[in-house]
Amino acid sequence: MTSKERIAKKAAEQLVPHSIINLGIGIPTLVANYLDKDAYYLHTENGLLGVTSVAEEDVDPLLVNAGKLPVGEATGASYFHSADSFSMIRGGHIDVAILGALQVDSKGMVANWAIPGKDIIGVGGAMDLLVGAKKIIITTNHVAKDGTPKFVEECTYPVTSTRQADILITELAVFQWKNGRYELTELMGDTNLKDVEENTTAFYKVSEQLLEKRR
Amino acid sequence: MVINKISIAEQVITKVQTGDTLMVGGFGLVGSPLTLIDALTHHDAADLTIISNNVGEAGKGLGLLLRQDRLKKAVGSYFTSNREVAKWYNEGLLELELLPQGTFSEAIRAGGAGIGGFYTKTAVGTDLAAGKETKLIDGETYVLEKPLKANVALVRAWKADTKGNLIYYKTARNFNPLMASAADYVIAEVDEIVDEGNLSPEEIVTPHLYVDAIVESRLILTREGVVERDI
Repeated sequence: MTSKERIAKKAAEQLVPHSIINLGIGIPTLVANYLDKDAYYLHTENGLLGVTSVAEEDVDPLLVNAGKLPVGEATGASYFHSADSFSMIRGGHIDVAILGALQVDSKGMVANWAIPGKDIIGVGGAMDLLVGAKKIIITTNHVAKDGTPKFVEECTYPVTSTRQADILITELAVFQWKNGRYELTELMGDTNLKDVEENTTAFYKVSEQLLEKRR
Repeated sequence: MVINKISIAEQVITKVQTGDTLMVGGFGLVGSPLTLIDALTHHDAADLTIISNNVGEAGKGLGLLLRQDRLKKAVGSYFTSNREVAKWYNEGLLELELLPQGTFSEAIRAGGAGIGGFYTKTAVGTDLAAGKETKLIDGETYVLEKPLKANVALVRAWKADTKGNLIYYKTARNFNPLMASAADYVIAEVDEIVDEGNLSPEEIVTPHLYVDAIVESRLILTREGVVERDI
């Protein structure tokens, strides 16, 4: 399993059966591979509730997800226009949104739509999802391609919302937003606390349960 | 009197005038009125403001009009899908207005529904709300967004009946029903035109009062890309 697959699998474990889930582009898309397809309802903001994966021979170019990748329709699926789709999102009808991020900070802020110095020319549904979904799970590599931490003290990239992300999952650890700060609740694979510390500039607390377990 | 809404792309596209604001349906090329866009590339209207989620893809769909330097401004949510947009923008040849996708959709709905604006929580506290009026409603901050309207809308549906009622196909629906409500003149491109009575009243998504003209599609999106349709 690649590190991205491990992150996706961990995100899938956070989900409650029969919830309505919106998956972003990248690692979030992989989460679908670890869900029992009959027990979850996947929403895509371009207008479908009931997304399934599709075999290559069944690809319909007019049936895609928000990443413009071909998908299938589940039994009991429905199509709707974009304003209805975003009414579902902003109106609090989506239980969980799983999104990627460029940065997440100590205050729970997420930056996932623009890079300073580059042209700001795309936002898509990122801001609506962060504002509207009942729960936000961020899945991302722990550090950027150049090795700099993505879990930082304060976002230097433009934030997507003023709402906190509830869970942050990387290939190193799982962090839960509790009482106004992130708590490291789980280490992934054979990661140790020092690995996390060395690759993070954000403030976080290590959960008592985890410290207890390691004593 | 029977009103005949069935038209030919090359003729009806002349409704688009230089300086017009145009709504064009589609999420990328999915649900994009490719035949009408093609007709527009052969018609001389310029200085257009395009309201569309994307400016097509590089050299495809609305991307063709960009290459012809026919666009003055684009209003949408995700221009990254056509990598040429940034270049035109940086050279000062194209204005851009970026809106969150939900705000963009709702602004079109508001435009079509006679609503003068709406308050949304989306984008509050971000760069995209900069300079916009905010309001505290029941303890939460919202930002005021204005409606979007157009002179002409080019929409893509699956089937029309001869009255102009429309139904859509899978995720090719996207922004099309909204745009059909928000322009002075609405042209629908469809794969099939059936006699009135052959669409169930229960399945009609866009009632005929919104639609001024119907044309049959010639260019369609397939697994092999944009191709001429076998008719």
